[in-house]
Amino acid sequence: MSTLAPHGTRTAGPRGTAGPRRRRPARTARPAWMERPKPLTRAAKAVALATVVLLVVVPFLIIVSTSLASNKDVVANGGWVLWPEHPTLRAYREIFEGGIVGHALAVSAGVTLVGTAVSLACTIGLAYGLSRPDLFGGRPLLLVILFTFLFPPGMIPSFLLVKSLHMLNSYDSLIAPVVINVFNLVVLRGFFQSVPAELHEAARLDGAGEWMVLRRIVLPLSKAALAVVGLFYAVSYWNAWFYASIYLDSGHWPLQQVLRTYVVGGAQLADTGAGDAGQVAAPQTIQMAVLVVAVVPILAVYPFLQKYFTKGVLTGAIKS
Amino acid sequence: MAIAERDATGRTGAADASGTAGTGGRAARGARRKRLRRDLVLLLLMGPGLLYFLVFQYGAMAGNVIAFKDYVPFDGLWASEWVGVSNFHAILVDTAFWHAVVNTLWIALLQLAFYFPVPIALAMLLHSLTRDSLRRVVQSVMYLPHFLSWVIVVAIFQQVLGETGLLNNLLGDAHLHTVDIIGNPAAFKPLVVAQVIWKDCGWGTIIFLAALAQVDEQQYEAAAIDGAGPWRRFWHVTLPAIRPVIVLLLIMRVGDILSVGFEQMLLQRASVGPDAAEVIDTLVWQRGLVEGDYGYAAAAGLFKGVVGAVLVYAANKVAHRLGEQGVYQ
Repeated sequence: MSTLAPHGTRTAGPRGTAGPRRRRPARTARPAWMERPKPLTRAAKAVALATVVLLVVVPFLIIVSTSLASNKDVVANGGWVLWPEHPTLRAYREIFEGGIVGHALAVSAGVTLVGTAVSLACTIGLAYGLSRPDLFGGRPLLLVILFTFLFPPGMIPSFLLVKSLHMLNSYDSLIAPVVINVFNLVVLRGFFQSVPAELHEAARLDGAGEWMVLRRIVLPLSKAALAVVGLFYAVSYWNAWFYASIYLDSGHWPLQQVLRTYVVGGAQLADTGAGDAGQVAAPQTIQMAVLVVAVVPILAVYPFLQKYFTKGVLTGAIKS
Repeated sequence: MAIAERDATGRTGAADASGTAGTGGRAARGARRKRLRRDLVLLLLMGPGLLYFLVFQYGAMAGNVIAFKDYVPFDGLWASEWVGVSNFHAILVDTAFWHAVVNTLWIALLQLAFYFPVPIALAMLLHSLTRDSLRRVVQSVMYLPHFLSWVIVVAIFQQVLGETGLLNNLLGDAHLHTVDIIGNPAAFKPLVVAQVIWKDCGWGTIIFLAALAQVDEQQYEAAAIDGAGPWRRFWHVTLPAIRPVIVLLLIMRVGDILSVGFEQMLLQRASVGPDAAEVIDTLVWQRGLVEGDYGYAAAAGLFKGVVGAVLVYAANKVAHRLGEQGVYQ
């Protein structure tokens, strides 16, 4: 584990927000040297692309439609709905009246916000230090950190550690053990390293210390990478459920763990305020409504994430 | 700002000193102390992160000693009795452990055969599109499932392929036999691979597309002018460009061979039963966290960790022998 592949540092520097240097210009038509594709090839490509897109889009459509469907729609279709004839928000009203989903949503949002802030702060500090050439103890520290990527501590020791730190049934247990992700650390370090040394020198001549350089020069130049890493952390906190299942009792559960119990596990959301059968939304509708609530935040941040992917910020970073 | 200023001037001074370091023990020590003082601000910035690695990575790692102990929660970790390798002996003679190993390897191999090529093929397809706007739209759709949790992915699969799901309703409407996929142990392994493909094949294209974007367009043009058709251009230009990435990902797969989709298995273990779904990680979870046999579970986890690390090391060695770059050098 001596050095990371060197070609990683070459790409996706903060100098231009675009990724790889020799990125070809945007193409809108077939270049002159390329043969005209055969009709059969074109048809095969079109079918393949359409299949891929539909395989992603159709399940989403079904989930949203089923969550909005009336009981009549659900029964008529035998459990799933592609397009609700009589859309209603009743399922959503019921899950939020019950209290479980509302509470879980608040827990997930809180853990995601706090966790992402803590993770970003710790990762930035560590990545910046490790990005400086000739740091005191830099090389051994980097190796010690990368070693945990090769040989992570197991599930049982981690559990016993969290228990011995008295973090069971505390939301700390969802954040503290996963504050830094080595992959995100390496991505940020690579990005910080590509800030030109001349900028550091110029700032130092002006009397700025490391803290000033980080805040005034490095961080503003690394906005794109910070956005991607921050959103990676946010998504991982939002999606986590396993730690909640072993560290927290059911009164503390975040949304994904609730989803796991009531949708994947098939348990009934007990306190949906069930009156007579006619007043209650069908179980499928309730389940899909919880699913939608869990997916919407991802869909909401996705366009912002996605902008950086296509800019190629990540492509260079991933290679390191 | 006093600290920062001293730090700023200190850096040049230390660079001089390190140039003469090594001439004498005292000079080297002095230089080191100077560097330490110069980098104090940096080390303070790194403090919280380093503390995390010390406590939650290395602290937890030290807890692996319970694999060599008869852990009794009441006595605590340090007071529990040493039992040598008897926990390891217990896992090695346990058929349940070997069953989990076989399941793990099977699923890993199925993924290697059926998942691994998909992102490569998709990346080629995307790369071959002549209109960038179309490619961007397809990319955004394809990356999306990667950001969904396993809970959601499993729920979606249940909704689409389950007993009352989309597929069986369509089959029923067409008066065909319905299929039993969700909760059927025989169909579990293909289902697991299908889920991985659905979730990650789009995201997996990113790294290949990055490698393909590095290829100079002129290489294709030159090859075409020299009379190379699409296949020969693929063979001589495209493939060499992505080969290092393929090797890199293969090495990482080999290192990960003993940890296939823990969350994915755990979510579905109850519905298909441990016979089909027990992998090493879920066995560790079951024995340790559910049944409380911490010594056995920690030994199984440690076994997995050590074998995984050795596999990465070996795979990287092989890659170097073959003249590839590998994960590290």
